[in-house]
Amino acid sequence: MGDDPTRRDGQDGEDNVYRCVGALTITRAASTQREIDAVPDPLTIDLSEVERIDTVGAWLVHRAVRDRQAKVTGETEESRQLLEQVAEADRPVRVRPEQRAAPLRALEELGDWVADAGNTLIGLLGFLGATVISFAAVIARPRRFRMNAVVQRFDLVGVRALGIIGLMTFLIGIVIAQQGAVQLQQFGAEVYTINLIGRISVRELATLMTAIMVAGRSGSAFAAQIGTMKITEEIDAMRTIGVSPTEALVVPRMLAAVVMMPLLSFYAMVMSLLGGGIFVWVALGIPPMTYIQRLQEVVPITDLWVGLIKAPVFGFIIALAGCFQGMLVEGNSEEVGTRTTAAVVQSIFLVIVLDAVFAVFFSNVGWI
Amino acid sequence: MTEQNSTNLPATDTRKDGEIVISVRGLKNSFGDQIIHDGLDLDLRRGEILGVVGGSGTGKSVLMRSIIGLQTPDEGEIEVLGENMIGRDDVEAKNIRRRWGILFQNGALFSTLTVAENVEVPIREYFPFIKPPLLDEIASYKVAMSGLPADAGPKYPSELSGGMRKRAGLARALALDPELLFLDEPTAGLDPIGAAAFDELIENLKQRLDLTVFLITHDLDTLWAICDRVAVLSDQKVVAVGTIEELLALDHPWIQEYFNGPRGRAASAGLKKGQRGA
Repeated sequence: MGDDPTRRDGQDGEDNVYRCVGALTITRAASTQREIDAVPDPLTIDLSEVERIDTVGAWLVHRAVRDRQAKVTGETEESRQLLEQVAEADRPVRVRPEQRAAPLRALEELGDWVADAGNTLIGLLGFLGATVISFAAVIARPRRFRMNAVVQRFDLVGVRALGIIGLMTFLIGIVIAQQGAVQLQQFGAEVYTINLIGRISVRELATLMTAIMVAGRSGSAFAAQIGTMKITEEIDAMRTIGVSPTEALVVPRMLAAVVMMPLLSFYAMVMSLLGGGIFVWVALGIPPMTYIQRLQEVVPITDLWVGLIKAPVFGFIIALAGCFQGMLVEGNSEEVGTRTTAAVVQSIFLVIVLDAVFAVFFSNVGWI
Repeated sequence: MTEQNSTNLPATDTRKDGEIVISVRGLKNSFGDQIIHDGLDLDLRRGEILGVVGGSGTGKSVLMRSIIGLQTPDEGEIEVLGENMIGRDDVEAKNIRRRWGILFQNGALFSTLTVAENVEVPIREYFPFIKPPLLDEIASYKVAMSGLPADAGPKYPSELSGGMRKRAGLARALALDPELLFLDEPTAGLDPIGAAAFDELIENLKQRLDLTVFLITHDLDTLWAICDRVAVLSDQKVVAVGTIEELLALDHPWIQEYFNGPRGRAASAGLKKGQRGA
């Protein structure tokens, strides 16, 4: 083989003969190709000293014959068969799907994007409709209501989120109090820190933070669960058995998000006020009783309504985006990841847009 | 792998017929309390197609996974191509891995790559010096050789039918021109015509490429058509190995039931009428 110096591959005496010695296999494909390319036309390939040949070796000879009309000499029966076999399998090379030239491709991508966006919107409307119909069906025939599934979702979306949401909003209460106190102290108005904590927690931050956490925890889980079920054909199996996937999967998740969001938000408000209260007690020396009394005076009840009315809407948006993206999964496992990301990004974005709309709306109706 | 290493690889003289390429001795596998194999022995000779049969749950796939190193057995010795497979490190195992090809039950194609790119993966891994145009050509002829149509190369696995996915998996298994081919139920889920074509393809490839094949199957037609020998897994070990005629002469209830049941007789009759390949 190749380590024997007296027997080497290469040009042998005559310039145009490439003599192959030993193994003509994939292991030496790169160097053999280089060496064959270096031999000038008209090329002759001598296979008489080949001990072993595989399909890649045969292919190298075949392409020399095809592209350069090379002559092959000294082949054994075995290598002749292999050569015929790879020649049979010679087809136009296409490894990746065809792509257009750059400017055309940009146009195509833009077009695809617009069409995709339009289709997604239509799909979302359709999905919303299907969900409403399923809700109606469940209300019309309450026996089809899946109590177990809903309770399980309540547990996953609500109860199990208590720890992290509580901790997060408690810390946010402290941050608001601390930042507020630093600024207000400059005017000797640190007592107004309580107004700040009370109003911003109850009206805005508790609900918003809860929504973001629920989107990250549960919206993503909805998309991933439903998406995986689509790939493993569980959803198709459900359909053929006669179980509506919307009823079995989407309705419980929607209900869980819509019901749990206001409860979690209220809990988040309390935790945020608690965090702020502890800070003002420790740092500003305002005792808890005074803190509570002052909260009652400065936080109007409408702030609570503002916070709680938004919550189920946010929950609905999060569940809708999560379930819809999950249902869109098709084909491969990578798409589960993409769709899960899309679900979280979309739901957080929509939640913040809606929050802005709510802020303007409530101010205009006089709940200032 | 560098080009210099290539000289250490076996040439023609090591390819003797009858040489043992896989040897399993005293294999024991268990999952918790459930013992899958106990004292299992098996030999695979060079140049043969060995069919492995057994009822569901007798550990056919576990046996294959043990041999290819995906499952570490509790006890036993496994030698593949003369190398001990138990407890070896990854670098050493790499040399053996490039000499076998494996077709998993569901193809196990990489879903984010096209069929042709799937075939290129093992070649790129072991032979990074091969230039992209040649690599693409190699991938295309491999795809064509496994009996896929010309337009299958640039398609993604999710766009293929079950039978085409099997062929694509076979193309990837054959990417490195292996000496040893493992097939896990290659014809399961194919229609009879597709299954017969697949059998014929494997038989052809085996003859042309000098392959040794370890074939797990439930398909009696495949057994009759292409297997040189059949190993029967039962009672946690290989209870018998031999040609189907030899197995039929044995007085083992499961073997008799298997080959002489209605399906077994139909398959053997079909072969005798010459309806299938080989």
